[in-house]
Amino acid sequence: MEYERKFKIGKPILEVNNISLSFGGVKAITDTSFNVLEHEVRAIIGPNGAGKSSMLNCINGIYKPQQGTVSFRGQQIPNITPNIMAQMGLSRTFQNLALFKRMSVLDNILVGRKLHTKTNFLEVALQLPRVKKEEKLNRERSEEIISFLEIEDIKDTPVGKLPYGLQKKVELGRALATDSTIILLDEPMAGMNVEEKRDMCRFILKVNDELGTTMVLIEHDMGVVMDISDRVVVLDYGKVIGDGTPDEVRSNQKVIDAYLGVEH
Amino acid sequence: MKPVFMTYTKKDIINLAVCMVLSVLVIPTFITTEYWYTSILIPWLCLALATIGQQIVMGYTGQLALGAAGFMAAGAFAMFNLILRVPDLGFVGSLIVSGLIAAAFGILFGLPSLKVRGIYLMVATLASQFFIIWMIDKFGWFKNYDSSGIITAQDIVILGKPFTTPLAMYFVCLAVTTILTLLAMNMARGSTGRNWMAVRDMDIAAESMGVSLLRTKVQAFAISAFYCGVAGALFAFCYLKSLEPVAFDIKLSFKILFMCILGGLGTINGAFIGAAFILLFPVLLNSVGNNVFHGAIDATIISSIEQVIFGGLMIIFMIYEPLGMAKLWENLKVSFKSKMSSSGIKSAKSSAQKSE
Repeated sequence: MEYERKFKIGKPILEVNNISLSFGGVKAITDTSFNVLEHEVRAIIGPNGAGKSSMLNCINGIYKPQQGTVSFRGQQIPNITPNIMAQMGLSRTFQNLALFKRMSVLDNILVGRKLHTKTNFLEVALQLPRVKKEEKLNRERSEEIISFLEIEDIKDTPVGKLPYGLQKKVELGRALATDSTIILLDEPMAGMNVEEKRDMCRFILKVNDELGTTMVLIEHDMGVVMDISDRVVVLDYGKVIGDGTPDEVRSNQKVIDAYLGVEH
Repeated sequence: MKPVFMTYTKKDIINLAVCMVLSVLVIPTFITTEYWYTSILIPWLCLALATIGQQIVMGYTGQLALGAAGFMAAGAFAMFNLILRVPDLGFVGSLIVSGLIAAAFGILFGLPSLKVRGIYLMVATLASQFFIIWMIDKFGWFKNYDSSGIITAQDIVILGKPFTTPLAMYFVCLAVTTILTLLAMNMARGSTGRNWMAVRDMDIAAESMGVSLLRTKVQAFAISAFYCGVAGALFAFCYLKSLEPVAFDIKLSFKILFMCILGGLGTINGAFIGAAFILLFPVLLNSVGNNVFHGAIDATIISSIEQVIFGGLMIIFMIYEPLGMAKLWENLKVSFKSKMSSSGIKSAKSSAQKSE
């Protein structure tokens, strides 16, 4: 499928250097390095407990790794917090759905517009013209995302009442609403049926293609991963055991061993 | 529904108009007994305002805080001292500044919310309750070195006009409550409220979207304390007409907490419903005791029954309707509407059959 990409894959935008993370005495990640290029779809795969989600949490600043650094656009970020990363243009979804359950779909996505909201609470309380203008713009962008994800009919439903697959979609929508340059997707297709998975893949590729958003995703479904990603990094027991294009990774003996098991 | 003015939909404006007509025209024309103003309407408005404060921090931002009465005391005594020492500020100016002073306490006692949550935060915020009352008791300056312990509140004078009759005081409370309620509604429905609720529902995700937990929580505590402070000042100046720290004890904090929960967490109108219920229920119970049982039941037993029923209701609401009475009211309206429309269809059908 050789087609002309609107956003050509560029230089490394995110670099993970020698990250080690342990909880008490348990090592989750050991000396792991890899990079993500601008505008690419990058997958992180690996067996259960390989440290994939921990890796995303380190990148996003939820976990503080004991060693190693994360660089964004060549710049090392000294004190990573989720908030700082969001401001730098990195958004994410969570493995176990972290939506605002009692808020409507539209409101959830509107929270994603937080960094594009400059008015303070006093202005909001007094409903100054600036607030109205900003709110209108944010709502328009949110509605765009809602129609892009084809969830117009549920936009006023509280998220907690939606089925799992739709909630995953809303979470993607919320991440999109930030207009981030990188989106980390933690198992965006877990627990979905084939049709929902196909939809999700379509959305991920469409976002990458139309907006040039760099996508980093964790996924278990190998078929899906090989189909949609440009490059794949394979983790096992917190270490990188393979890194390259889907074809390279598929033929890597270490990866095959990790997935199929090998006699010791 | 599309908002037609500010954040309000057409329905909201109709509701607001109905409330305003009721409170400005109907109530003053038909209620002439002073008792209703001094013992029911004025405390209702004051406590509803404090409950909105509690709603902001607990219902919207999800921080279990228990110390509303402490902030009310801060507001009330700030008001007393401002009128006494800075008379140029005027009543309205003093009211705003006392709210701000209470808000400063709110920021101070809201800081633990960054580290602890849930029931532990509730215990930490209790400090505000005890500290503020202790401070007022300990330092005579706050009470202008009055030895009796109870200070009479100054008369309310706005732009040279005295507001001393119950009706006039009712209007003062009504005006302040209305303005602050509208502002609270604007915040709750706008980006500010969304940040609060995002922190309530999933703080880690909120942070990943760029919502600062520190700023949002501290802001909610400050605004909440502002509302409580203003409510406390009105409570002392319009209802109690005196100032004593004991009036703002932990019982009042619990009362406001109950109003918040029974009214419906995370609703503004719930604050009014909850406050009305908790204020009116004892009155109702007393009149039942007097009129039905003709005083055969001891007054202390009645007040005990009141506590038992409140406790029972809290449990029932927490289990069956966590969104409280505001949600019940909403459900009632919906079922009424659907009944109306279904009976409308029936009558249309029967008339169609008749014409056949």
